Amino acid sequence: MAERPADPSGAAGGYPGAPLEESSVADLPADERLPRQSRLARPLDALVRGVGPVLLALVAGGILLLALGRNPVIFYANIYQGGITQEAWQDSAMRMAPLLLIAGGLIVVFRANIWNLGYQGQFLLAGAMIAGFGPRMETRLPYWLTLTLLFMIAGVVGASWTVIPALLKAYYQVNEIITTLMMSFIGISVANILIKGPFQDFSSNVPQTSVLPVSGMLPNIPHTRIHVGILVALGTILIVHYVLTRTSFGLRLQVLGASPRAAVHAGVGVKRLIITAFLISGALVGMAAAAEVLGIEGYVRADWNPAFGDAVIPFVFLARLNALAVIPFVGFYSILAIGGEYATQQAQLPTDFLLVIVGLILLFMTVTEYVGRKRALGSSYLTPGLAHALRRRTENA
Amino acid sequence: MHELLKQAVLTALISGGLVAGVPLMFTSLGEMISERAGVLNIGLEGMMLFGAYAGFIGAYYGHSSWLGYGTGIAGGTFIALFMVVFCVWLGLDQIVVGIALTIGAEGATSTLDGAQFSTTRPRLGSFPTVSVPGLSRIPVLGASLFSQPLLVYLGFALVALVAWIFRFTNVGLNLRAAGEKPEALDAAGVSVFATRSWAALSAGALAGLGGAYLSVIGAGVFVPFMTHGQGFMGIVLAMLARGRPFWVIIGSFLFGMSLSITTALQLAGIDIPIDYVNMLPFVAVILALIIFARRSYLPPALALPYVRGSR
Repeated sequence: MAERPADPSGAAGGYPGAPLEESSVADLPADERLPRQSRLARPLDALVRGVGPVLLALVAGGILLLALGRNPVIFYANIYQGGITQEAWQDSAMRMAPLLLIAGGLIVVFRANIWNLGYQGQFLLAGAMIAGFGPRMETRLPYWLTLTLLFMIAGVVGASWTVIPALLKAYYQVNEIITTLMMSFIGISVANILIKGPFQDFSSNVPQTSVLPVSGMLPNIPHTRIHVGILVALGTILIVHYVLTRTSFGLRLQVLGASPRAAVHAGVGVKRLIITAFLISGALVGMAAAAEVLGIEGYVRADWNPAFGDAVIPFVFLARLNALAVIPFVGFYSILAIGGEYATQQAQLPTDFLLVIVGLILLFMTVTEYVGRKRALGSSYLTPGLAHALRRRTENA
Repeated sequence: MHELLKQAVLTALISGGLVAGVPLMFTSLGEMISERAGVLNIGLEGMMLFGAYAGFIGAYYGHSSWLGYGTGIAGGTFIALFMVVFCVWLGLDQIVVGIALTIGAEGATSTLDGAQFSTTRPRLGSFPTVSVPGLSRIPVLGASLFSQPLLVYLGFALVALVAWIFRFTNVGLNLRAAGEKPEALDAAGVSVFATRSWAALSAGALAGLGGAYLSVIGAGVFVPFMTHGQGFMGIVLAMLARGRPFWVIIGSFLFGMSLSITTALQLAGIDIPIDYVNMLPFVAVILALIIFARRSYLPPALALPYVRGSR
């Protein structure tokens, strides 16, 4: 974590733990620390540190493929073929919808240095709910009203699943990483219970919900197969970006993320802010499920888990928690994911191989940050303060 | 209920609790060591999973459960090595690296398993158990409690050993100091980096051993994602145990029992879906966190990289 005193720029002396020679410099905010950087260098720097880890991970993934006896060139060519060429880019574009919404949800909390890692439970529970309610509502309510209500239901369900971690964090400083993960596993089970119980369609052989008729799903953008969920997602991302960068709410989140103590002194209602951030995050994750179920799936099987959230995490960081910058990253990953389904199938590997690449991107990202910090290239990828928050928490206990 | 049936249910519950709880016991014991030393091991799930895969490979090709434990330990340690290099030596963010390791290990084990066994799906046979003379003849519980693989007894001994180390030895004091006030440890002339490295490596080894037990003894087969959150559960258990190793045994045993309720109830003719059972331990943990919210304890320097000379 990028807490200033712990800045390993002190390691520049050649061995870890070398005395900090520039401690006064290291205490300054990152931007003031770098008077030499030219106007051009900064975007270039951001680009290198955004794209660099991805390239490194792809190379390392290629080496792993070689070790498994697969041809990496063919593998990546298949990703291109299966993710972009012909009509495939439309599938990739559709995959962006849920990923962008999840990314938005994560950025909101990560900016405040809150870790909502319960996205899978929030996503699947919301997905199960709307897949269960959707077919029932459709026969009774008008089309647009149904879709709007379903999106709202998904948001409410997703948000509700963050309430316990939010309250525990706000009032008792319980580590939210733990509580959101625990709630996530509960959510996955509850989703399965619903699908195998009240929502099950017994006309099917496997436990699943009733299938929404095509007429009840999200409409397509004219002249494409792409559903309008992507527009909803892009619109939401723009709103998230506006709120985070142009409103006092966004500023308060950032202050909380930078230093909870400073937030208290600045008169920010920390408890309410934590709860609000959690609720927004959960709601966006829930809406992601709505976009996927109403746009593509039409129903939910038991044990369905696309694990979108895991895949989004590295790109949220690479975009430096900037909601606009996350769009191209998510676009890239959507191509990797859609093309990867084809490529892994051709290489006779499980689709989970893509998770290796995701993990590698995260690892290389931290390494790139380390090298970057060592060369004093710029600020870190996270707002400083989680470490600080942890320390404060135990002091209060 | 019929007397004989009651016995069968009780036996299933207790022996099932033991079998299902042992992997968690090893894992959370490891996490306790590393947490106390100031390394928050979010990658524990990944280490456990990799240990489960490596353990299965070892036991499958070596035809020995002990070889499986060995490779499991090696597998968990291998993942922990990343944690040591990235988080302890380079001082990178423990949470991000931990998430990366978990996701990466999930993908890697699933890929390797799919590349090798996607068509064959081999299973392991059962491995010998050791009966404690005398005790294993106790009616009802004896057979289930005292007729276990040798590793289970060693596991209990290990918990006692760790408790003793923490309480009575300098090593234990160093470990605690590395989490409570690393500067003080450094000033006393002990390397914080070395202490934390060993702690993180032991966590990986123990998580790997727990994972190996899960695949080799528990399931007899490796299944992708088979740890199903037990690594995260280990973190919570270590947190709730507040540094007291014996609580780890109790917690793991309760966890195991709640998982084996299905089998026990099935014997009694009650059929509950697996999803309820999977959910139960997590609900219990959330309840425990709500009730003991103020009392869970984390060392002050947890998740903070140590940089010499910084304030």
